[in-house]
Amino acid sequence: MTKGNDHSPIPGLLDEKEKELRNSFLLQVQNIPGGESIKKCIQCGTCTATCPVSYTMDITPREIIALFRAKEIDTILASRTIWICASCYSCTVRCPQGVKVTDIIYTLKRLALENEIFPQKFPVYALSNSFVWLVNRLGLSYEPGLIVSYYLKTNPFKLLGMFPMFIKLALKGRIGFFPKKIKKTKNLSKMLKEAEILENIIPMQQ
Amino acid sequence: MKYSYYPGCSLEASAKGYDESVHYVFNKLGQELKEIDDWNCCGATYYMATKETISLVISSRNLAIAEKQGLDIIAPCSSCYTILYKTNTILKNNRILREKVNQALRKVGLEYHLNVKVRHPLEVLINDIGIDTIASKAKRTLEGLKIAQYYGCQIVRPERGLDDKDDPKMMDSLCSALGAENVYFPMKTECCGGMLMTTYPDVGLGLNKKILECAHENEADIIVTTCPLCQINLEAYQNKINKKYETDFDIPILFFTQIIGHSLGGTSRELGLHRSLIPVDLEKTTREELR
Repeated sequence: MTKGNDHSPIPGLLDEKEKELRNSFLLQVQNIPGGESIKKCIQCGTCTATCPVSYTMDITPREIIALFRAKEIDTILASRTIWICASCYSCTVRCPQGVKVTDIIYTLKRLALENEIFPQKFPVYALSNSFVWLVNRLGLSYEPGLIVSYYLKTNPFKLLGMFPMFIKLALKGRIGFFPKKIKKTKNLSKMLKEAEILENIIPMQQ
Repeated sequence: MKYSYYPGCSLEASAKGYDESVHYVFNKLGQELKEIDDWNCCGATYYMATKETISLVISSRNLAIAEKQGLDIIAPCSSCYTILYKTNTILKNNRILREKVNQALRKVGLEYHLNVKVRHPLEVLINDIGIDTIASKAKRTLEGLKIAQYYGCQIVRPERGLDDKDDPKMMDSLCSALGAENVYFPMKTECCGGMLMTTYPDVGLGLNKKILECAHENEADIIVTTCPLCQINLEAYQNKINKKYETDFDIPILFFTQIIGHSLGGTSRELGLHRSLIPVDLEKTTREELR
């Protein structure tokens, strides 16, 4: 699983890719309120113990920080761990050192998406992609649209399995047959365009 | 009092009963909810996970509009509440991100000055209105109803200081003041898996099974929750869980406002109880109080 940096000619020297990933990770961690507490991790494993889904992860939350310290960020990004995280914040509230584990995992998700380090038919990417596509156009989420678009991208046959639930919810008036839109969708896309530009601007250190 | 109301996408569709019952309860208690004009999706967990500035801009648009209305926001959906609250915290702490967000907002004539508080209806009911006032307006007692109070993971975590992180008591005290019995339910803040039910169904089904099992073994009649995603996971997938684990759970999953609304005298239609996939008849289980 772990690739390490043994392809580097000098022991301890980071290759370009790893360096780039580390820098952009650290920059984003700075934006988390209290993000600097990552330095204080004592590797106690409380995060792993409290995580309701750690049993199905390939590397545990504790190992994420250990691997980062061992300069193996590419191993973390390629893991299924960051995508299994359901963002319940158990680890964050129980960490004795105040490490913002959930927000750190969010940062790692972002980094993996930006660098496209995941399989193409990857379920979480398909879901978040569909979600972003919908919200950008409608300003609102639309559950049936999200589900249909998600299954078309991953496993169209499973869409049939969702049909009975769809009917049941529809009979109770809990599904909109047509997607709603916000009134000012034009304003929304103007804002998003500006935000897209601003996203990549890194201000100088003060 | 008057509040800005942020329903969020779920409350317009799968969690319609939540929307209906929040309106009923606040109306009965003499509070006014003013829907945020042309609100948009909060961005939800996945938006937060993908693009930072964009996700902040999307949620801040709602905060900026609410600020114009000059009222605190009430957001019933746990996820919306978390995202809006988190956006507020990040913008307060980070001048650079705040500038970026405002620059994008100014493109459409908006600006956000950090003057909005994001609040959850549960906390508003308890802190602004008070348990005693609510109990004094009750038309029905909830006596005989055994409830598993399921808070889910989002609203009590982290730094929101809403209630205890592991053993919150707000819904418990509210329902017991109305006569209900709260069963022992250590899973009250366990995670339902959220969107894992779609992306990794095996993991999601397992998490929900544990929650249902705990409620079932402690003989709860119903599970009451604050979160639309928990509600749909526990309710709509109960069949699949029964099939997979060979169990026979048949537990209605309701929103806390539906229970309070019932106690305040609401009919099943007024509270959206008729939208439940697992039939529930609260009037049978609780008797009318003689007043």
